[in-house]
Order: sequence, then C-alpha cells, then structure tokens
Amino acid sequence: MAEVMQAADGTPLKRSLARALRRQKMRALALIAPLLLFVLITFIVPIASMLFRSVENDIVANTLPYTVEALADWDATGTDLPPAPVYEAMFYDMFLASEAKRHTRLGTRLNYETTGMSSLFRQSGRNMDDIADLSYEPLEDLDDAWDDGETWYALFNTRGVSDTTLLDDQRKRVARLSGAAADAEINFAPDAEVSALLPLAAREYTAWAVFVATQNNRDPAERDPWESVAPALVTDLQRADLSGYVGPAADMLRAAQQANLPVPDFTQEFGAMDEDWASLEPWQTIQTHSGTYTSGYFLNAIDAQKTPDGVAWQPEEKQILLTLFGRTIWMSLLITFSCIALGYPIAWLLANLPMRQANVLLILVLLPFWTSLLVRTSAWKVMLQQQGVINDVLVWIGLVADDGRLIMINNQFGTIVAMTHILLPFMILPMYSVMQTIPPSYLRAAKSLGATNWTAFWRVYFPQSVPGIGAGSILVFILSIGYYITPEIVGGTKGVFISNRIAFHISSSLNWGLAAALGTILLAAVLVLYWAYDKIVGIDNVKLG
Amino acid sequence: MKLTKTLLATTALTVATGTAFADDMANDMTLVSWGGAYQNSQQKAYVEPYLEMNPGVTAVWDESSAEAVAKLRAMNEAGSITWDVVDVVAADAIRLCDEGLALEIDPDEDLAAAPDGTSATDDFGDLLVSDCFIPQIVYSTTFGYRTDLVGDTPPTEVCAVFDTETYPGKRSLEKRPINNMEWALLCDGVAKDDVYDVLATDEGQQQALDKLATIKDDVIWWSAGADTPQLLADGEVIMGSTYNGRLFAAIEEQDQPIGMLWDAQVFDLDGWIIPAGLSPEREARARDFIKFATDTQRLADQAKYISYGPARASSAPLVGQHAELGIDMAPHMPTDPDNAANTFLYNYEFWADYRDDIDAKFQAWLAQ
Repeated sequence: MAEVMQAADGTPLKRSLARALRRQKMRALALIAPLLLFVLITFIVPIASMLFRSVENDIVANTLPYTVEALADWDATGTDLPPAPVYEAMFYDMFLASEAKRHTRLGTRLNYETTGMSSLFRQSGRNMDDIADLSYEPLEDLDDAWDDGETWYALFNTRGVSDTTLLDDQRKRVARLSGAAADAEINFAPDAEVSALLPLAAREYTAWAVFVATQNNRDPAERDPWESVAPALVTDLQRADLSGYVGPAADMLRAAQQANLPVPDFTQEFGAMDEDWASLEPWQTIQTHSGTYTSGYFLNAIDAQKTPDGVAWQPEEKQILLTLFGRTIWMSLLITFSCIALGYPIAWLLANLPMRQANVLLILVLLPFWTSLLVRTSAWKVMLQQQGVINDVLVWIGLVADDGRLIMINNQFGTIVAMTHILLPFMILPMYSVMQTIPPSYLRAAKSLGATNWTAFWRVYFPQSVPGIGAGSILVFILSIGYYITPEIVGGTKGVFISNRIAFHISSSLNWGLAAALGTILLAAVLVLYWAYDKIVGIDNVKLG
Repeated sequence: MKLTKTLLATTALTVATGTAFADDMANDMTLVSWGGAYQNSQQKAYVEPYLEMNPGVTAVWDESSAEAVAKLRAMNEAGSITWDVVDVVAADAIRLCDEGLALEIDPDEDLAAAPDGTSATDDFGDLLVSDCFIPQIVYSTTFGYRTDLVGDTPPTEVCAVFDTETYPGKRSLEKRPINNMEWALLCDGVAKDDVYDVLATDEGQQQALDKLATIKDDVIWWSAGADTPQLLADGEVIMGSTYNGRLFAAIEEQDQPIGMLWDAQVFDLDGWIIPAGLSPEREARARDFIKFATDTQRLADQAKYISYGPARASSAPLVGQHAELGIDMAPHMPTDPDNAANTFLYNYEFWADYRDDIDAKFQAWLAQ
C-alpha cells in the first residue's frame, strides 16, 4: 500500500495543492470580477431580459384572470359564443382593469394578433360604469344609504373572523394587474361570514379596498366603492340565504333581496356596447393567447400566427419577415465578398510596401474609419443619387444620356456599395496584420524552385493569409447582418434589412415581443453560422492580429 | 448660445438664492422635443420667458421626441423617469395614454383659459384628442413641388402626385402607410368621408396599394422630415410630401424654387404630455410650465418662429410676423382659410387600431 504523500503541515499533499490552486483561482477571479460584474449587469442581463420578452405573455392572464379561467373550457373552434359566466367574469376583470388603466395595454397587446382589439378594449373600458349603473341606480333608489361608502365598509369589514384567503387573493390580483406591490397595510379585512354569504360582492369590494389602499394610498373606510360592487351584490342576493344574518345592513339587504333588483345581462350588454363582443373573434384571440408564455411572437417573426385551429401562415400579403431575413443574409454575404475582393489587394499592398508608403496608405484606410458613420452614408447619397456626382460625371463625359441617369441609390445596389465601403476597414485590418507575419522569403523560395508568380501566390501565400480573411469575414458578416442606419438611409425599399424592421417594432409599433423574437432569431442565426464556420475552417485559424 | 447663457445665468441664480423660491416645485426640468427649428421656436416663445419669470429654474433639452414612446416605456419599466415634459405628436400621446405612461390632465383646471374667459376645453376644441394630450400646434403633411420642373401648369390638386403623364419625374412619399393610403384612395375616386371606412376593409387596403402601385417605380420613400426638402432642392424629385414647416423653411428661408400644394393636406397635432410617475415636486413644476407654455399669447408667439398653426382658437388672431424675415405668418399657416380649402383630418382611432396590420401589408408590398 502506497503511503499518502503529505505536505509539511501533515495534510495530504493532494488536498493542500488543491487548496493552493483554488486560492489562486479565486484571486484571479477577484481580479476580473469588476469587469465580469460590469459586463453581466450592463450587457448580459439587459439582453437576456429583452430576449425574454419574446416569450413573455402574462399580461393576458394578469389583466383578465377570471375571464381566462372561465374561458378555459370554451371550445374556440366551435360556432357558439362563450357562455354567460365568461361575460360576467369579463365585466369584473375589465372594470378593475379600466380603473387601473391597464385594459388599454392589454388591448394593444391583443391588437398585435387581431386588428381592432385595441379600440374594442379602449371603448369598452369607458362603458363599464354604464353597465354597473344598471344595478347601482336601482339599489340607490331603494335606499340612499347604499350611496354611502360607510354602509359598504360596515357590511364587509371584519367583525372578528376575517377571510384572509380572499384578502390575499385580491392582493395578488391587484399586484399582478398593476405590476406594483400590493402588500401595504390596509385598514380593512373581509368578514368571513359575509364573504361566505355574498362571495362575489365581497370579492369585488375587497379588490377595490386593496386597490385604493395600496395603489392610491387612501383609507377604504372613508371612500365610496366603485359601482361594480352593486351588480355583484345583486347577483349574490339572488341566491343568498339571509335568514340567519344579523350583521350590519341586514334590513337593507333583505329589502334589496325582496325588491328582486335586476342583474345586468352581461352578454347582451357587451353585445350592445360593441357588436364585436357578440362575435367569436375577440374571445378566440383572448383564449388562444391567454398562456403565461407564448410562442406567438416567434411565429409572427417567421410570418406565421397562432389560431384556434393551430399554427397557420399569415395571409400572403402580410408576409415580409422571412423575405427580410433571407435578404439580410444574402446581402450580408455579398457585402462580405465584395469586402474580400476589394480589401485583399489593399491589405497585400500594405503588408508589402516599404514602411513609409504603407503608413500613408494605412492612414487612408483608417481615415474614413474614424469619420462618422452618418457622414459617410450621407456622402454616398450625394455621390450616388440621380443628380449626384457620379451621374453628373457620366453625363458630362457622355457615357449616359441626361434623361437616362443611372439609379444607384435607394435600392440594393446603394446598400451594398455604401456598406462595403463602410465595413472595408474591418476586412483590411485583420488581413493586413496576418499578411505582415508571412515572411516574404517564402514567396521567393517558391519562385526559386520554379513556381510561376500565380502558383507561388496561390499555393504558398494565399493559404497563409486565409486566417486573416476568415477573421475579416466573420467581423464584416456579423456587423452587416445587424446593420441598421446605412440601409435605412440608402436602402430605399428593397435594400433594407431585418434590423430596420426590429427598429420599427421597438420604437414605432412598440411590439417589443416581436422585436425580441426577431432579435433572438438573428442572434441564433449568427451563432449557427459561427458554429458552422468553426466546423469548416476552425476558429483557431482566425487571427485578428 | 443664448440657451447656454440663460442656463448659466439661471444656475448662478439658483446657487445665489438657494431654495427660497422652491415652494414645493422642482427647480430642474428636462424638456423633450424634436430639435431643430421647431425646438428653437419653443425655446424662444415660452421656455426663455418662463425661465425669466422663474429665476432659479433651469431647463435642459433632450432631442428625443422621435423615440419618446419607446424611451418612456423603458424608463417606466426601469422605474426612473428622467423627463418632465415631453413633446410628442398626437398619435404618440394616445399610445402613451393607453399604456398609462402619461398623466391625465383636466384642461379646464390644468390649462389657462383664453383672455376672453373661454375655457381651455372650448378654446382647444376638437384638438384635445386624448386625455393626456395638451396640443400646441397644428401642422400638416402636404406636398411641395419644384416650380421650375412642373412646366406651365403647376399642380393644384393632390392627385397630380399620381399623374405621371402630366408631371413626369420622381416623387417622394413617406415610407409608411399613414397619409399615403388616404391620398391613394382619394385619388382613386373614394369620397373623403368614406376613406376610413374603405380603408378598414381588406379590399380597400388593396385598392389603396394598387393605386400606389401605379407610381411605385417613380417614388423615393423618405423616413426623415428633412429628406423631401433636400430631395426637392437637389432636383431628385419633382414633388414630395413633408411637414409644411419644412417646406416653409425651404421656400422662405432658403429661397428654393419650391411651391406649396396645400390640397388634401393632412392635419396633425403636436403637443405636450407629462410622464406618469413623476415626484410631486417635479409634477407640480411640469404642470406650472405647461399652463404657462400653452396659454393664448405663448402659442401665438411660437408662430413667429415657425409656420405651424397655434392649437388654440384664441391664438389665431394674435399671429404676427416672422421674427427674422418680417413676413406675415398667417398665409403660411396650414389653418389659413386659403390653404385649408380642402383638408383631411388624420383619424387617430383608426390608425391606433390598424397601424400594425396595414403597416405589415404596406412593407410587404414595398418589398415586392
């Protein structure tokens, strides 16, 4: 049996060594920690959270929790409208959402899927009070005390045993709806007896109390509740057994029950408010997109959509994104190859000229590199436009007739020319630094052994310069695939990239989910290409200098 | 220069007098606008007077109005609003209001009444298109044409844009469906009142695109307001759409051979919003500033510097002469009766709903 080697202090050598190494690693990590944290906080986390938006979809269930629940069993592919409880749930959800001003946000979200949802939600939000008044006004006519917030507060506030489940549920409901914490102290707790007797009214009153207390910092004891408590109360009274009830407002409740006040017919009211509610489409949209996570944005990003019957292509006249993806990749490849073709001779010259001349040439390469991107792009506009410098010269020397001026801008040609020029330094510099390391003696040796100029270049020099081409190509291709400003200015309609569409969805349409999905796909495409490049050429063969 | 001086002077005052005049209002404001001549008109017409009236208050500009909605949404999510008053077009104000990112205002309480006592609600009238929006100016998107390239018969109506036989040459149109679709339908025989009903249908959208397709090869599509004046000046296009103030600058300030084609100009509004979620002190300052900046005289003053119509009815009679050129501004306003013989009012509701849908179709059509 071999004896375990020990360090001077008696611990096994292996462990002692591991500890020393670990300490070293920790020290190294501590050294790079500031940079790591910086990159993590300012780069990785924002990008990850932005990309997460491409699947995030909790707004539907957060804004319309009871509707989503009630709609779950409804068959969206059938021809029947949702049953009455769905409309009822929609009323209470929509009422609270419109008080919290969140219904418009949901309308905007659903409008990405179905045109018209935005205005449907905006207009319906305004009409919720009118529906609630159908119950509120008769109740008030019956007894003025119903118009008084104190009556409601006394009725629902706890008299000993409180319904904490209900309170917690409503806190969650308000928090999810408004996106802000709702756990502040509240001068109210629903009474267990009343909440068992009048469940719907207790729920709506509690939701109101939580909302005013946590979102508006008001005391619910001193405020009048929203009108939505009235239809809830009337609904409850239709089936409540008040015989054993002796708490506050007992007589008023009995009187209201005897009066048999009308419950609004929500189905009919919604249909009267906007005929769209009496059609299948909005309900199908809500049900199809009610999940907390959605594949909808990714489907939209490839010109498809979610429907009740499953995934389907967008109508043909709306299909644009796949075309743009294809065009972005195709044109980026073209730009990369033009950069190679133009950059290679320059890099070769730079590497082989005497130092003085090479330096001058290098400045000529770098000078545009240091000039503002916008200036260079605008300069190309001046050069390429129909009344521009190039056309003027061509007309002047008689190559082109005055009425036959060439169209070189606001098309793919313009984008390719301008971007090739702008990205050229990114190709030349890595090529140059690689070529500098190729000893000229190799070429001389090849020639002295009988190779022609071409053979010497192609068989000896070129293979050694490939790592530079690889590095330059990766740089140029990845830069151009995400290019935005140059295609926007000189690309016209056919020379724009997918990034222009992403910008549109970020800043104009505010469809950040779709923008994130497009961005994710673009990122994945770059990673796949990078992986393919690594497999074919090998990333170790890439040299940036 | 002047801005810097004012800022320096006011900063010095702040230091000198400390917080004596704070009275629960923040002393720093970040105003967001569009930059250029428009922001300059705001600076001259009401920001400088406001700062003079309120020594110790400082104002800095952020020229981010074009991305205001996206940036406000991001600020809101980050929980840190750095803007106090934001200048946006009405459509953006509606979106901000919908998203709960802008403060709702009560015109009669938060805005000054007209000098004759007319309430702000009546004075602004229909222009209060959103609960959060405080209109400043009426601008219009309209056409300008090269007077030397159209021959002896300058265009008098918008359909000249679609008439490539009489007016051969390129035209510039904005690279988005809004306005273009309406003009296309108008020139395809749809009555003005029916345009949005037609545009709400798939057939109507196709009809508009088909009409636009007749000139597709002759169009240069622009995305920045400065593009069309530049294209006109270069002779790249014979006519093109842009904001009327841009054309005014090209015609009157730069003496370009450009004529205005006011027919079927599309009215749109630009104004302020106050972001939701400001601290009470900053909100109070923002409200105080807005009340001053949108009163009758201030809006009329703004028209001295730029040819956009004041949003208040009571400001119109007060519109005077251009501050530097000394010409009467009234005939250059989109709201002038001679110019407004045939106008078109942008339908905010419609575009809020159909924008994404039609935009996808429009962009797909462009890419074909």
